[in-house]
Amino acid sequence: MMASSYNAKDEDGHITVSGPGGGALRSKKPENTAFKQQRLPAWQPILTAGTVLPAFFIIGLIFIPIGIGLYVTSNNIKEFEIDYTGVDMSSPCFNCSQNYSWNSTKPCTCTIPFYLEQPYEGNVYMYYGLSNFYQNHRRYVKSRDDSQLHGDMDSLLKPSKECEPYAMHDNKPIAPCGAIANSMFNDTLELFYNDPNGTKVQISLANTGIAWFTDKYVKFKNPGGDNANLTAVFQGTTKPVNWRKPVYELDKNASNNGFINEDFIVWMRTAALPTFRKLYRTIKDSKMVPTLPRGNYTLEVVYNYPVRSFEGRKRMILSTISWMGGKNPFLGIAYITVGSVCFFLGVILLVIHHKCGNRNNSTDISN
Amino acid sequence: MERLHWVQHRCRQLLAGDSERGWYSAPNGLPNKNFLDRHSSPQRVSGKRRTVFARHGPHQQEYEAASKKYKGNAIRTTKYSLLTFLPMNLFQQFHRAANLYFLFLALLNWVPVVEAFQKEITMIPLVVVLTVIAIKDALEDYRRYLFDKKVNNNVVRVFCSKQKTYVQKCWKDVQVGDFVRLSSNEIIPADLLLLYSSDPRGVCYIETSNLDGETNLKQRQVVSDLPFQGAELTLENFRSRIECENPNNDLSRFRGYMEHPNGVRVGLHNSNLLLRSCTIRNTETVVGIVVYAGHETKAMMNNSGPRYKRSQLEKRLNTDVLWCVVLLIVMCLTAAVGHGLWMKNLKDPIFQVDGETSPALAGFYVFWTMIIVLQVLIPISLYVSIEIVKLGQIYFIHNDLALYNEQLDSRIQCRALNITEDLGQIQYLFSDKTGTLTENKMVFRRCSIFGVEYPHEENARRLEVYEAEKTEAGGRSVTLKSGCSGKSLSCRSLSCNRSSVSLHTLTDEAEEEEEDQLTNHIQRKTSAFCSRVAREVVPDPMLVRKLNWLRSPVLTLSDGSSGTPSSLELTYITDFFLALAMCNSVVVSSPSQPRHQVPEARTPLKSLEEIKLMFQRFSFSPFSTLSPPQIRGSPHSFTSRLFARGKTGSFTFPTPPDNTTGRSEPGLEDQLETSKLDSLSRAEGKDAGGMEEREDGTTENTKMSPDERDYDDELLYEAESPDEAALVHAAQAYRCTLRGRSAESLLVDLPGIGSLVVQLLHILPFDSNRKRMSVVIRHPLSGQVVVYTKGADSVIMDLTETPKGADHAQEIYGHIREQTQKHLDSYARDGLRTLCIAKKVLEEEEYEVWLKRQLLAESSIENREELLLESAQRLETHLTLLGTTGILDRLQEEVPETIEALQRAGIKVWVLTGDKKETAINIAYACKLLRPNDQLLTASCGSKEACAALLQQLRLEVQHGEDSLTTGAGNHGKSSSDCGTGFVLVTDGCTLDWALQEDLKNDFVVLSCKCKAVICCRSTPLQKSQVVQLIRDQLGVMALAVGDGANDVSMIQVADVGIGISGQEGMQAVMSSDFAVSRFKHLRKLLLVHGRWCYSRLANMILYFIYKNVMYVNLLFWYQFFCGFSGSVMTNSWVLIFFNLLFTSVPPLIYGVLDRDTPADTLMELPELYQDTQSSKVYIPSMFWFTVLDAFYQSLVCFFVPYFAYAGSDVGDLSFGSPINASALLIILLHQVIESHTLTWIHVLVLVFSSSFYFGFVLLFSVICVTCSPPTNPLGVETLQMSQPLFYIVCALTTVTALLPRLLFRALHNTLHSSAALKSAQMDKEDSERYRRRMQCWNLKHSPANRVPVCVDNPDLEPNSASVMS
Repeated sequence: MMASSYNAKDEDGHITVSGPGGGALRSKKPENTAFKQQRLPAWQPILTAGTVLPAFFIIGLIFIPIGIGLYVTSNNIKEFEIDYTGVDMSSPCFNCSQNYSWNSTKPCTCTIPFYLEQPYEGNVYMYYGLSNFYQNHRRYVKSRDDSQLHGDMDSLLKPSKECEPYAMHDNKPIAPCGAIANSMFNDTLELFYNDPNGTKVQISLANTGIAWFTDKYVKFKNPGGDNANLTAVFQGTTKPVNWRKPVYELDKNASNNGFINEDFIVWMRTAALPTFRKLYRTIKDSKMVPTLPRGNYTLEVVYNYPVRSFEGRKRMILSTISWMGGKNPFLGIAYITVGSVCFFLGVILLVIHHKCGNRNNSTDISN
Repeated sequence: MERLHWVQHRCRQLLAGDSERGWYSAPNGLPNKNFLDRHSSPQRVSGKRRTVFARHGPHQQEYEAASKKYKGNAIRTTKYSLLTFLPMNLFQQFHRAANLYFLFLALLNWVPVVEAFQKEITMIPLVVVLTVIAIKDALEDYRRYLFDKKVNNNVVRVFCSKQKTYVQKCWKDVQVGDFVRLSSNEIIPADLLLLYSSDPRGVCYIETSNLDGETNLKQRQVVSDLPFQGAELTLENFRSRIECENPNNDLSRFRGYMEHPNGVRVGLHNSNLLLRSCTIRNTETVVGIVVYAGHETKAMMNNSGPRYKRSQLEKRLNTDVLWCVVLLIVMCLTAAVGHGLWMKNLKDPIFQVDGETSPALAGFYVFWTMIIVLQVLIPISLYVSIEIVKLGQIYFIHNDLALYNEQLDSRIQCRALNITEDLGQIQYLFSDKTGTLTENKMVFRRCSIFGVEYPHEENARRLEVYEAEKTEAGGRSVTLKSGCSGKSLSCRSLSCNRSSVSLHTLTDEAEEEEEDQLTNHIQRKTSAFCSRVAREVVPDPMLVRKLNWLRSPVLTLSDGSSGTPSSLELTYITDFFLALAMCNSVVVSSPSQPRHQVPEARTPLKSLEEIKLMFQRFSFSPFSTLSPPQIRGSPHSFTSRLFARGKTGSFTFPTPPDNTTGRSEPGLEDQLETSKLDSLSRAEGKDAGGMEEREDGTTENTKMSPDERDYDDELLYEAESPDEAALVHAAQAYRCTLRGRSAESLLVDLPGIGSLVVQLLHILPFDSNRKRMSVVIRHPLSGQVVVYTKGADSVIMDLTETPKGADHAQEIYGHIREQTQKHLDSYARDGLRTLCIAKKVLEEEEYEVWLKRQLLAESSIENREELLLESAQRLETHLTLLGTTGILDRLQEEVPETIEALQRAGIKVWVLTGDKKETAINIAYACKLLRPNDQLLTASCGSKEACAALLQQLRLEVQHGEDSLTTGAGNHGKSSSDCGTGFVLVTDGCTLDWALQEDLKNDFVVLSCKCKAVICCRSTPLQKSQVVQLIRDQLGVMALAVGDGANDVSMIQVADVGIGISGQEGMQAVMSSDFAVSRFKHLRKLLLVHGRWCYSRLANMILYFIYKNVMYVNLLFWYQFFCGFSGSVMTNSWVLIFFNLLFTSVPPLIYGVLDRDTPADTLMELPELYQDTQSSKVYIPSMFWFTVLDAFYQSLVCFFVPYFAYAGSDVGDLSFGSPINASALLIILLHQVIESHTLTWIHVLVLVFSSSFYFGFVLLFSVICVTCSPPTNPLGVETLQMSQPLFYIVCALTTVTALLPRLLFRALHNTLHSSAALKSAQMDKEDSERYRRRMQCWNLKHSPANRVPVCVDNPDLEPNSASVMS
């Protein structure tokens, strides 16, 4: 139908051999349908001050309460952050940070005391934070082998080229291969509550339940299935260069060992921004109520992870969370701002509408 | 299938590579495509010749030698074979810049150091495009293969020497030199030289509709002087050798000769050639020898696809795409430099994978990586989208009911598929007059013979009421007092009925009454049969009377006003009608007989000798000396009848009208004699007049008389031009009927004599240079060689001259010339088309001399055209002016309204016509191109210097006029264009010639710029195209040319947009046009509505597309600031690629096809709105940058709102990208909602579909993709994100914030600026309202005058604006 105007013979060198009157019986009259005649009923959004200003008011009216709600929620979230990089001479970790080596055998430990001014209730999450760490660098992000991490035996022994130059070491395949795994965060953080009565209570930190469910149970799999002897399975591979211990010794708990070690999984989910935090532990079944009462605490760090070479920072963060995630006043403020702006614009539009709209109307009436 | 066909073509064009796209592709496929060539380079090199022998003839050896290199008749139009498809197709596809760009990106991605995505992902766009197009190509090629196969296997009968008979063969097996036998309705398999036709006159008819769409039959002629013509063909002994030109694509030219064994050479020309793919009609059997076969046939060499023109918008778009490239490079450079600096500041980071690379080198690598990452910024897919959108637009244009012509059952044809938006930018419209503004249904309106005007009042009245009451026309025709002596005279067995109808006056004698009845009956029948107004011509009573006087010598003239017809005048009159009947190329057929079959040459009532004898007598002693015995009841005996009447004196005397045609020399003699006659015939004049009135009454009762079915073979005339048909019909009305035609003779009925076979010696066909045509005949009665010439008055008037001789004669001739000129002018003033008729009698010797050179010219291969032209010019001199005709060509419906609307829309309308100045001006008045208070500037001069001076003078005049106008308009407070006062330049062909020359053309352009309209009359096709080209190039404006005939082809091709009117004059204009409509009025909707729509749709779509790309790509760019400019992305790479390819590709298409910025009715009513698109207000550079800025803003919002929302949190890179992507999609879709002017359910559906497609895709992907798509494996990302409220909070904030400014801008723009268009619309509504009221008043006052198709007097419509002028 569409092309009936189009003469076949122009097209490809053929002369149509249809006799005269071949299709002449059929009338060429176009169908009188709303679609073909471009008369489809349509909403014509002519955006003028008059039509738009209700939208502005409505947006304002919706956004401002949401913003307030978000702001309040965000403010109710308690968050404590402590930098333990040890840049300053005064910092307890200064010494550890100075003589760093990936392979130093003697662990350097530093103790950082801090004071929580507010009690932390409910689930408290413990994060480690890194700054100026470009986990989103293009080459870095690529440097992993998902099928190896999925438990594929072939990939275990023949890591993907993407892992280069962290694919093979001493002619042995590295498991897990790649730069991401190689640079895995390996500080150990321990939290102690200094009871007002003088005792130092270690707060139990759960190292499971910190990774995504899908990662832990779908994406990451140990080679050879769940109950295999990891030591045997990883036979013939070597640990990443920077690691102290092989992957099958990450944890004693069999369900949190090897590739499905949650610390490892969390690390492998590369951060979007150069300043990021990663969930380290959860404090759930603390015997205390509230979970973290107000008072003095001590953070004991086994300082392994070097960041000073790239001017990075390391932090420990304690936070409660809400339905909107961690503490972030930005969204609340932004909502309130945008809502107010909309409201303000609405008023301006109302004025304009009042002035110009009247003028238009008057001409209409005069007609 | 057809649709597929169409799409295929689009795609092929897409791939065809930019280099091939010229302004318009070489316009092949048209018979007169070489119009320009013919003028510029007439000398075409035809270097070698082709020699053809009969394949199975005696010249076996020569045949083998000669024919080896000739192609067989098999055709192959496929581009590929099975083996070559893949490489060839890929090669073809990579001719396109877009594909090369994709390929470059894909290859770039294979370089490890710059690799941005997985290798396969950058291949996707390329592979998708290549595959889709390859599939289309393959299908198309396969279809062509099938078609080829079908065509090649058609069966035809070919002579086989072994079996000595015709055997069936496939088309593909036909070879050059084969003899092919075809019967009626068969299709010609190759270019054949016609050797035999079953028609006794060696004629065969072909229909060329497959070739050029023309359905009228063309006559072809057997090669002359063939030894076996007429006898049974003995093909085994065909020893002649054929020499002809090498294959070429000129359909209208074929030259060569045939050399017989005895050394005689016979010239071959176009009329001997049967072209492949034409159809044989009305001829039982023809035999031809194949001269060109297969791809060497003219039909195949003429094949070309539809035209490709690049639209203005696309050219502007290319600039913006270049800007996009610049933008891309800037962004990549930024990233490169940034990466270098970032690297420099790093010291041994643990996240650095290869720390060895120097920062500079790393920056260099990043540059290329970024080009891959940001590739979407170059809107390559935009080109494909534009093509698709245009297809959609074409679809709607094609389906518009308003552009459909009910009567012809024809829609608009869109032949160029990619310049729809140019329709919205037309600034100059060049229009042909005839057939474009007018109907091109020519109606004989009046004539002037011998300097006497015959106003044909009845005819005029009939034309007026024609449409209102058809039956009345029949009744009125009865009032004409042309009786008929038919019953007694006609010989039904000979079926030469009309010939027997002689004009006479009736007596009151009873015996004549039945004749009378017959007349009425005939009249009724004629008018009833001929539905078309053109066929009915009501003879002028005075002219009829004069003819009657010729026959009734005893009548005396009592009607003093008309004067006495002298015999010289009568000679003129009869000659005049003979010329009308014979000087044409009309093909005759009748419904009762097979089409185009010339009726048997009937023997006239008397043998020729007898009549000739009689004529001799007659001429020397006309009328008075006749002393006849009356032999009644013997219809065959014309003479007896004649004499009988002469004796009784009261009857009509059926004098043969052409009694003096043969002798122009004896004219003087005649004149002397007629003086005798005058006094003689004066007596009965009154009687005759009285008779007529009396007859009125009687006819009422008798007109239904059922007997006398002589007219059952009503004649049908098929003429090349409607003028010719009108003239032939006019002659028929005066009983001078063309009954048949063959190549060598004409069969003409003459009043009272019957059919005469007139030997046709030559036809010198019409051409636009000579502006005339001639026939050379041997007069059947006098035996003299007579030339009848018919042509444009300017030419004929120059060629006619006063014969040397007596002063008296000279005086008479002078008088005739003077009078005729006066009549010509008055006709032209009435808007009639004028043609002059002249004749010349050749002496035998003179003719012999001319004939020799003519034959030489005809048989020559080189320079044939030039020689023929020269020969024709030699013949057409010293003509005797017979008279002139005025043919009415009515304006098409709604032409004035359309022109007015177009002018209000700011389109300058020029009329380029071949007609006289006066005619053109009158038509211009009639169609409101020229308003009564416009100032007419007439440019007409004879020399270049004069022309230069004139142009200067006119410029001053315009300047002066403008000054007074501005002062006048100052207090009036209105724009001058509305006021209706303007300058209209009228120039003629000669002046135009001078004005178009290099040194004057600037003056001409400047002058014409200041004029509201320009009318160029007497312009040749070449001039038309030159004018269009001049204006287009000098002013850089969009020009539209509209025309209907072959003479408009060059103009149509030169213009930016060529529109053909499919009218009466064949298909050439249509074939070369971009759009073909059937009525001029369709232009209004086509331009004002569709043009504007298409333009604004496309412009908005392009802007939207650029916005979309910039907006999305910038999101990736901003991310670079947070990833060390390393070129990483926060999105899954599949989603990234599909975002443009799938998720957001359909909405812009719908937007581009369906958006309506202003309702059609408004656009039709307020043509001023057209000026928005005309001056391309929608798509200007500032709009581009505005759009880009907005895109930057939106992308900033879209990136940084999520950034701040997630900053410092534990968000992963893909989790971060998820809300960004989602809100980008929402922003992009909602942005379109804001920008759309209409939203229909289709829009809604597509928008909903697009977003749900995106969300469905990413959700599904994040569920099922376990290890796929490293490193951006999306497993679990989206599901987790979308289960969190934060995601929605972020999306909502982002979307609203991003769209706020645009929304605000639109609202404020519409409110405050309130689009000047809308305001002016309101103003104009008042104006147009007022105007309409005024028009209504005027219509009421002048309603009768309004019915006259061409208004001669244009009453002052706007007196108030006239006062401004003064």
